[in-house]
Amino acid sequence: MDTLQNKGGRFALPAALALLLWAVPARSQQNTCLDCHGAMDPPLQVTAEQFARDIHSQKGLSCASCHGGDPTEAGPEAMSKKAGFRGKVERGQVPEFCGRCHSDAAFMRQYNPSLRTDQLAQYKTSVHGMRRAQGDQKVAVCTDCHGVHDLRPASDTRSKVNPLNIAETCSRCHANGEYMKGYNIPTDQFANYRASVHYEAMTVRGDLSAPTCTTCHGNHGAAPPGVASVKNVCSTCHAFQSQMFEKSSHKAAFESRGLPGCVVCHSNHGVKHPSDAMLSTGPQAVCARCHTPGDRCDRATASIHADLLRLQGAIRDADAVLAVAESSGMEVSEARLNQDQARDALTKARVTIHSFRRELVDQDLQAGLKVTAVNLQAGEGALRERNYRRLGLAVSVIAILIVLFGLRAYIRLLEQNGTST
Amino acid sequence: MGATEPSNPSRRRRRFVEALLGGGLFASFASFVYPVLRYLIPPPLADLGGDEVVAAKTGELRAGTSKVFRFGSRPGLLLMTAEGEYRALSAVCTHLSCTVQYRGDLHQIWCACHNGLYDLNGRNVSGPPPRPLEVFQVHVRGDEVVVSRKREA
Amino acid sequence: MRLLARTGEWLGERFHWEELIGPLAKKTVPVHRLTPWYFLGGITLFLFGIQVCTGILLLLYYRPGANEAFESVQYIMTRVQFGWLVRSIHSWAANLMILTAFAHMFSVLFLQAYRKPRELTWISGMALLFLAMGFGFSGYLLPWNTLAFFATKVGTEITGQVPVVGHGMMVFLRGGEDVTTATLTRFFGFHVAVLPGLTVLFILVHLALVQYFGMSLPPGVEARWKTNPGEARAMKFFPNFFLRELMAWYIALGALGALAAIWPWELGTKADPFAPAPAGIRPEWYFMFMFQTLKKIPAKLWFLDGEVAGILVFGAAGGLWLLLPFFDSMAGGRGRRWVLGAGIFGLGYMLAMTVYGYLAK
Repeated sequence: MDTLQNKGGRFALPAALALLLWAVPARSQQNTCLDCHGAMDPPLQVTAEQFARDIHSQKGLSCASCHGGDPTEAGPEAMSKKAGFRGKVERGQVPEFCGRCHSDAAFMRQYNPSLRTDQLAQYKTSVHGMRRAQGDQKVAVCTDCHGVHDLRPASDTRSKVNPLNIAETCSRCHANGEYMKGYNIPTDQFANYRASVHYEAMTVRGDLSAPTCTTCHGNHGAAPPGVASVKNVCSTCHAFQSQMFEKSSHKAAFESRGLPGCVVCHSNHGVKHPSDAMLSTGPQAVCARCHTPGDRCDRATASIHADLLRLQGAIRDADAVLAVAESSGMEVSEARLNQDQARDALTKARVTIHSFRRELVDQDLQAGLKVTAVNLQAGEGALRERNYRRLGLAVSVIAILIVLFGLRAYIRLLEQNGTST
Repeated sequence: MGATEPSNPSRRRRRFVEALLGGGLFASFASFVYPVLRYLIPPPLADLGGDEVVAAKTGELRAGTSKVFRFGSRPGLLLMTAEGEYRALSAVCTHLSCTVQYRGDLHQIWCACHNGLYDLNGRNVSGPPPRPLEVFQVHVRGDEVVVSRKREA
Repeated sequence: MRLLARTGEWLGERFHWEELIGPLAKKTVPVHRLTPWYFLGGITLFLFGIQVCTGILLLLYYRPGANEAFESVQYIMTRVQFGWLVRSIHSWAANLMILTAFAHMFSVLFLQAYRKPRELTWISGMALLFLAMGFGFSGYLLPWNTLAFFATKVGTEITGQVPVVGHGMMVFLRGGEDVTTATLTRFFGFHVAVLPGLTVLFILVHLALVQYFGMSLPPGVEARWKTNPGEARAMKFFPNFFLRELMAWYIALGALGALAAIWPWELGTKADPFAPAPAGIRPEWYFMFMFQTLKKIPAKLWFLDGEVAGILVFGAAGGLWLLLPFFDSMAGGRGRRWVLGAGIFGLGYMLAMTVYGYLAK
């Protein structure tokens, strides 16, 4: 209304009023359901504002599209069997209820041709779906995750199934020890995930492609990936590490012991930002869990760890020198830019570790060390230039001081000889 | 100067003061003039570029090859597609800021750090990169390939 | 020295130049407790000379235009030999010049050197001070870095607040509705052509007036010397005063060199017109007292918009300041006390607001 008034000026106001007068009775005629249900108490309450947010309502569907009945009828006859009223849907029936439309490709094409129609089929393969088939009423059905009556599309950041909110949504059951009693699965996944690097990537760095529960477990077909398929799940993003791991000696070793790939070292829900200390002998060390101290691998690991630290140290040293040069006004942006290459090399070396081959890691590390050496030189050159400037300053200051002394002496001479009055 | 010449020792003092002053003035002038003269010599590299930078000479790249050039304070990537068309993009991977490279064999842009892949329009197609690469404009001007930032003002 | 004398003789045979500079040779400077304040004008003049020299040197490599300005200054700072020195001296000397110009103005005010017959000297001096601030404002933008870009945006925006003519003035300054490359071109033109021309003109007038009236004596000293003529002392302007002035210039030079070598002037980051304004935008320090006042002024003053009121007050204050000498002779001795009071209040206000501006962030 505001925009109408602002744009149309004098003419728009009566037009808008007319529209309002016409619109109000027209809407109440169309859907009488909300007249009553808007005023009811939960759980029967559905207000007009609530329903207006719902994607189904926005696409032109009304209450009757799902629940049947005759919304043009004002009295209780609207909910008669004769009018095709279906009423409240039993919890156990929800997936099939939604599936009536959502599994019908021909129907869905009218509204969103690119939306998949296999959710119900997938759901039946999920742990949720299989338990429901056995009569478990506690498992999640569509509405538990998607909500009902104010259901927003997943792309909406306020949706419960938006990537930003999924973990929270799953946690409502899976982190509830009371509710999960009897299922014999842990309830600390959400707490772990909240401390993980993936959660940080998602919420702090705003990287919506970072994984949340459904990325690894699937959404409608949610199930834990098995031991053999864990690394396939990780490798959808961490392709490089996976390729290297595939070719490494660890693949066979892990398989023969039934160890679940990546998770052995990195854990699953609580995966932390990997640190070089994982290669060390300290409390974060992961190699030492299997390897015995002093064996061939242990020695290689120790030397790789030392070299990683060496490159890090070299980067830090060059950075420090460049920072000093910069803060004393020297221009070292070129070397600063090249420092990124050294950091690239370090990042690459850390990836290459997954090949578990000393010589490959070495290549990356050497490349990084070479770059930092050049940058360090540039920084030291800048510092020499700074000192050269200060020397130049000292020389000219000496000359200036000589002139000042000369002038003073000259003035004194002049005035001693009585040239002043 | 205009004063009557005094006799005796003060004459020697006067000469010393004049020499000191003259020498000082000369030295200080030299220390002012020297930097100015050096300043006047044009530096060998004539340009630091702007929002526009000469990324390469024509003929420097063959189809399916690329080079990294400096664009302001960040690296940029200039590549020639298999069809012989120039493309220029930011070379900073949107994942962890590694420098990306062109893979002629894949017809894609590849980040060696975590195997991120972008298509030639900079869109992130696989691997960890969360966002597309910034795309620059490329013009060929004479024998220079000029890259500029897309902007209205 | 002998060569100098001979050249003088040679010229004298042809031009009678001694007659031309005769008044200068006869000029004397009174010697008393407050004589050191007489140096400030000369130091300001010297710094202006430095600005002209380094400015011309910078012109060799500087290129105006939003695409190139920042890069060309970066080029001067990094690639051109001693470019860092030339630019740093230009920036430091600019600030020192404003500082000495302000000090000169206040010393003249407190020593009451503006008294009849020197009203016009005061006015030409004030014009020079305004011109110097114009130099500062226009020069600040030329490197086209983020801080300068936004400070200019704010500064010209304030001009736009002036009733009736404000918007026109803002468009004139910006060369359009917004701060763009057109603004940079304009400011460059002001900075290297318009302002230097006007400044040279006013300097000539100012010096001619100073020369014509001779040095002013503070009223206290004047009264004492009148009752006791034996106390009156003076030195010749040339060479005695001039050589001392030369010492001051050399000290200023040494200070400039040291500042430039130890704290080279920063360049900052290139301005991005589409980026959000960074925190801590602030103008050059000599505009700080106005900036801070406008920031702290209530949104509504009586029936006026607070900011507009502030600008009007500053405009009126500037105008009155310019006409300060004419209030001096008004209402007998009371006028002089008013002028002194205004001077002390003005200085105190500027100092307090500047300090507040820097502390308050």
